[in-house]
Amino acid sequence: MEKNLQPILGMLKKEFGGTASEYRGDVSLVIPSGKIVAACQQVQAQGFELLSALTAVDYWPEESPRFHVIYQFTSVAMNLVLTLRVPVPGINPSLPTISHLYRNANWRERELWDMFGIIFKGHPDLRRILMPADWEGHPLRKDYPLGYEEPQFTFNFEEINLRKPYAKE
Amino acid sequence: MPDIQEITVDDLKHLVSERAIQGETVLLNMGPQHPSTHGVLRLLLELDGEIVVNCIPDIGFLHTGVEKNMEAKTYQKAEVMADRLDYLNTVGNTLAFSLAVEKLVDLDVPPRAQTIRVILAELTRFQSHLVWLGTSALDLAAMSMFLYCFREREYILDVMEMCSGQRMMTTYIRPGGLWRDVPVEFEAAVRNILKTFPKRVDEYEALLTRNPLMLDRTYGIGKLTGEECLNFGVTGPMLRASGVKWDLRKDRPYSGYEQYDFKVPTRTEGDVYARYLVRLEEMRQSLKIVQQALDKLPMGPVRSNNHKYVPPPRSEIGVSMEALIHHFKLWTEGFEAPQGAIYSAVESPRGELGVYLESDGGPRPYRIHWRTPSFDNLQSLPLMSKGVLVADLVAIIGSVDIVLGDVDR
Repeated sequence: MEKNLQPILGMLKKEFGGTASEYRGDVSLVIPSGKIVAACQQVQAQGFELLSALTAVDYWPEESPRFHVIYQFTSVAMNLVLTLRVPVPGINPSLPTISHLYRNANWRERELWDMFGIIFKGHPDLRRILMPADWEGHPLRKDYPLGYEEPQFTFNFEEINLRKPYAKE
Repeated sequence: MPDIQEITVDDLKHLVSERAIQGETVLLNMGPQHPSTHGVLRLLLELDGEIVVNCIPDIGFLHTGVEKNMEAKTYQKAEVMADRLDYLNTVGNTLAFSLAVEKLVDLDVPPRAQTIRVILAELTRFQSHLVWLGTSALDLAAMSMFLYCFREREYILDVMEMCSGQRMMTTYIRPGGLWRDVPVEFEAAVRNILKTFPKRVDEYEALLTRNPLMLDRTYGIGKLTGEECLNFGVTGPMLRASGVKWDLRKDRPYSGYEQYDFKVPTRTEGDVYARYLVRLEEMRQSLKIVQQALDKLPMGPVRSNNHKYVPPPRSEIGVSMEALIHHFKLWTEGFEAPQGAIYSAVESPRGELGVYLESDGGPRPYRIHWRTPSFDNLQSLPLMSKGVLVADLVAIIGSVDIVLGDVDR
């Protein structure tokens, strides 16, 4: 662990009661979902200016917590990185938004809504971003099938053609 | 046929001004098939005459589900898709993927492989900047720049073809090293590039840097301050053109970048012209790094000897039973990465290209997320384009240097 990170981590642990872990030099801190906005505020105040990544992991079929939302911060001034992980339950998954703190969280939270179906409360513009607006389901969930196009041969060409969702001319 | 749901102004009324709803301003689509949006970017513009009041980017036209697909494939097979993300920075993508896998399984890379990686990554940065220079100058109606840049780019693509057999989708950098050693003609070809290219960069500067039309179109347009850049997650040349000296090659070195002597160019203006100057200087610095790397290129193996993760050389398979077993296991079921999660980032021509990789102990990535720089850089477009002319918006899009494969993944 980098030396400058230790006091910041200790302070965050004391204030928000998370558990820290380290793997190959990457430090991550698990924070309860109710305290994430306050924690992000504190992280920003400590000099982490850049929200490098905001993503999620689906641990389906586990239900509580089903998701982990991952906040990856970078401090340009101190040359440090820090990861926060927030467990989110599978039933009505939702988190408060941090797009007022880090403005690039706006699109990243939209992406998480689109791909995982996690609702960000207080988000100014929570629409789908990568998938079409009328899409059903959330593709990066583990219970969402990968999907493929059925190969058409002469014997089943017509049969598959009838099932295709798009124009058949 | 399912009903297509139409998006109306009502759905977007929180994004446009009051005047658009009353009909005083015009809502106009720019893209997705527009020559100066560099791919399939759609912008919904709210225009007052020729002035942009609001700009709402609509992305996702090139979404291919790369992350989902990678999660269904073993590490070796998933890498092939990494090339296709940012199709101008193919070597950089495979480098980011390989570094992430190496960090996850704790794999060492021989020094020769590291040096060749740096040479190829810098050449790729150069050719990516060439495409940017050609196309963004084309947006400003400088037609000849496009032809010059693509002429030079061919030399670099020839080197890629020489090494990997492919001009763009190389998949040459693999976890644990390289696919194979470079051919004997490699050094001469790179030396030829190093000899001719500095003069060519001078020629581009002679054509553009003090060109009054270029200055009129770019100076003071699309300004971003350093704080705004960081708050929007903007990285790479755009951040450095706003006065923040942050380059992952220098600040968090990987693949042996700490051994090379190069400068990180910065400007303080933060406008389109400053981004042009920063990128042009970066091209010169890239050549400097390639020169140093080529001069000290060590001999030795180009792949790790840890055959639990890296396939053994073909020659060993015929004589060693163990090598045959490793080969068979690796290409049928892949290797099992230890349980854990890492984030590793490299400096792509567009900014911080990060990979979040989580393993559940199986042979496939449980979760892989690509933190692509264009996605965050493009988010600052509505801020930059408030109150500019439509013609200036074209110059601003050019200066962001987006690759839509990188935005949509």
